[in-house]
Amino acid sequence: MKVSMKVNGVERGGDIEPRVLLVDFLRTNLAQTGTHIGCDTTSCGACTVLLDGEPVKSCTLLAVQVDGRNITTVEGLANGPTLSPMQAGFHEEHGLQCGFCTPGMMLVGTALLERNPDPTEDEIRWAISGNICRCTGYMNIVKAIQHAAKAQAAAQAKISETVAVAGGE
Amino acid sequence: MATATHLHGRIGESIKRKEDARFLRGKGNYLDDFVLPNMLHMAILRSPHAHARIKTIDTSAAGAMPGVIAVVTGELMAQHKLAWMPTLSGDTQAVLATDKVRFQGQEVAAVIAETKYQAEDAREAIIVDYEVLPAVTSPDGAKTAGAPLIRDEKEGQKDNHIYHWESGNQATTQAAFAKAHKVVRLHTFYPRCHPAPLETCGCIADVNGATGKATIYMTSQAPHAIRTVFALVTGLPEQQIRIISPDIGGGFGNKVPVYPGYVVATAASLLIGRPVKWVEDRTENLISTGFARDYHMTGDLAVDKDGKMLALRVHLDSDNGAFFSDAQPSKFKAGLFHIVTGSYDIPTAHVTADGYYTNKAPGGVAYRCSFRVTEASYLIERLVTNAAIELGIDQAEFRKRNFIQPEQFPYTSATGWVYDSGDYPKAMDVALKQLGYDELKKDVEARRKKGEVTGIGIASFTEVVGAGHGADFDILGLRMFDSAELRVHPTGKAMLRMGVKSQGQGHETTFAQIVTEELGIPAADIEVQEGDTDNTPYGLGTYASRSTPVGGAATAMVSRKLRDKAKKIAAHLLEASEADIEFDHGKFFVRGSPSKSKTIQDVAFAAYTNLPDGLEAGLEGVTYYDPPNMTFPFGTYLVVVDIDRGTGQVKVRRMVAVDDCGVRINPMVVEGQIHGGLTEGFGIAFMELITFDEEGNCLGSNFTDYLLPTSWETPKFEMGETVTPSPHHPIGAKGVGESATVGSPAAFVNAVIDAVGHLGIKNIDMPVTSDKVWEALNKVGAAE
Repeated sequence: MKVSMKVNGVERGGDIEPRVLLVDFLRTNLAQTGTHIGCDTTSCGACTVLLDGEPVKSCTLLAVQVDGRNITTVEGLANGPTLSPMQAGFHEEHGLQCGFCTPGMMLVGTALLERNPDPTEDEIRWAISGNICRCTGYMNIVKAIQHAAKAQAAAQAKISETVAVAGGE
Repeated sequence: MATATHLHGRIGESIKRKEDARFLRGKGNYLDDFVLPNMLHMAILRSPHAHARIKTIDTSAAGAMPGVIAVVTGELMAQHKLAWMPTLSGDTQAVLATDKVRFQGQEVAAVIAETKYQAEDAREAIIVDYEVLPAVTSPDGAKTAGAPLIRDEKEGQKDNHIYHWESGNQATTQAAFAKAHKVVRLHTFYPRCHPAPLETCGCIADVNGATGKATIYMTSQAPHAIRTVFALVTGLPEQQIRIISPDIGGGFGNKVPVYPGYVVATAASLLIGRPVKWVEDRTENLISTGFARDYHMTGDLAVDKDGKMLALRVHLDSDNGAFFSDAQPSKFKAGLFHIVTGSYDIPTAHVTADGYYTNKAPGGVAYRCSFRVTEASYLIERLVTNAAIELGIDQAEFRKRNFIQPEQFPYTSATGWVYDSGDYPKAMDVALKQLGYDELKKDVEARRKKGEVTGIGIASFTEVVGAGHGADFDILGLRMFDSAELRVHPTGKAMLRMGVKSQGQGHETTFAQIVTEELGIPAADIEVQEGDTDNTPYGLGTYASRSTPVGGAATAMVSRKLRDKAKKIAAHLLEASEADIEFDHGKFFVRGSPSKSKTIQDVAFAAYTNLPDGLEAGLEGVTYYDPPNMTFPFGTYLVVVDIDRGTGQVKVRRMVAVDDCGVRINPMVVEGQIHGGLTEGFGIAFMELITFDEEGNCLGSNFTDYLLPTSWETPKFEMGETVTPSPHHPIGAKGVGESATVGSPAAFVNAVIDAVGHLGIKNIDMPVTSDKVWEALNKVGAAE
């Protein structure tokens, strides 16, 4: 069965069995191994990707279900050598240890800030509660997402300032 | 000429982690990310029964399915003498069952196919005819007269008893009990739980048909030890075995043992001549690989009329599952459980332990714990709180009255441990102050008067980590030293290769920092490599909080070795006598004239270009470090809980964690380790449980049944510290990875017991779930 989707902005496709899970399609067919498999039952979130900007667990979606849609994986977060604010936040706040849950956590965090640029701690904890981390105890993950929110707000302020200055000319 | 730049990454600096770069970009190299040319996939068929005789296995339909290359059974393995393998505890374990299955989830057959999906499809087509036998699911069941004999294949095995083990002094302990003012007893069960790292276990075996070299990529916390065990199991020459342990997605003890899947995949690759990948799914991980705990413990504490502890007596029954494959030092059948006197100056103690076979998964590993220290710490801390409640003494005061005092170190415990250093009263005082204990106690009284159920839990744990000394601690005879090899290149950049193996602990950063401190090379200029047995010095691996105490010590010592050589070269460059050369963080200078100096980078270059006569070229070395003693991290954890009378729900209102792990190399990394450990401790106390029904069906076989803490339940932790260096460790560090998992379960449960103790409730076994709490409250008429 033919399937095609945009993965991190690039058109990708394949001829696959209908039963192939999205996570296996990404990892095996497209060799995008940043998306991990942790539990097979939608419980742990290691396989989280963004489907048209919303977090989904790619271990319980068939690849054919997302035909024609947009997928973002961890490989799509950085802009070339520059880390995204979320990635930088995880680095600065020690939001990762073994790194296995990290792609899913960062994608959920990214989607959260898209909807809610200034979340409370409870809102962050609720947003990431579908993703299990065995190493960090979540405290530094919360801080990492807060760090990213601040960085994005600062960058936004700078853009607004530039626009204002430009508009004033 | 040296420049006075800041030396980045010294001990005590919270530098950001070097290893993050690849993980943040999804470019980590975990086992399942590797794809080798021509690689096949393996799926294992497991037993649905806990105890059954295998009558027939029919693989004909499976073998004919698309993509299937081979179906392996125990019979085939037996032809190659690989149906059984030795365990880390000197027992044997079935690789693929030939006669009986002895636990649900046991490996019965394996399919090797072109794709993972094809292998799993064919697995379903294997037909096994079983004769189901009665199952044994507890030590009490195992002891019962007429209980089914689980290990009937073992010569001389007449019952289900595995070992009896003792520590301490029975006679003096009995005498002390005879004089006791009061004896407090606690019987408690530390239930079976599972380390459940987010990445499951797996391997890719690649045996080269031409050379015979077996390269095995494996999720292993102990690649060198595994290589040796593999050589012994398979008969392959050890130089022909290369274990590559890539990035590991968490271990927590689960990735120490050798699992049957590794052996089958290797045999399959050898026979087929192609690489074979095997990666467990989550259910396989939870039902068949190294579980933890499952200790049934009874402790008696003898106390005099002044509230001084006189003696401790403990018996435990250990449920080891179908094969005794615990991962612990050979001499200690119940691990290091005899640290059970904990932080207290108890004059005499006697500990007995009996291990039993049951029809449950084998492999008692220490889940983020130094060989069963967790069970010991839990028992003594629970017992101490219960005793304080019974004696009517404040639980903090009762602890203080009995603490080993700072001036008593080095302290020899009643079971023979020599504690290296400690200041228990100080750690407790810091914690009590941070919590505001005195005010909170008044608040608890006031709330209780209003009918609220609330309590404060304390645990003042002492750990014992960092095995060896090698003469006392070994695994299958392999002494528990560890190693570091340091190579400084001509441009002053360095490569550090270790015998230990990170699973997320941050070794690439923290061990570089030790070299920075000792040799003055910036941490950013040092690459740390681990996990490849062809390219790293032999070591026993990372578990039991031993990487910093042993591998970290080796790193400091090899750095000093190189510094000594560098001094000779610096003397040559500075045209001075070696005796006059001083070293200060990366600079060598002539005593009295610090302006005349050479940097470590200058010296490194000279080591390859401009040497004094008679000195060997190069600047590299290797150290195998055998620690003189274990290290003894400690701390005090305080927990405040509120309990809902209507639902039994326990809410952790506050948690203060004061840890003393000696010198902290990278405080950020240390705190991260403690956060993680506290969370796992919280999970064990309130959520995590692997249990079985009477037929031996595992009732914790996926993440919808085996509950792990998420960000929503996990409390926020308030951190504190004291620093009491280890006197025998080169940089005074003690190890910290497991302190929080060891210390915190008792603190959480003690908070619950403090809340309900005055109602007459003395014990609720973990996990302390809402239903158990409500039942307990209901029994004493306190539920709503």
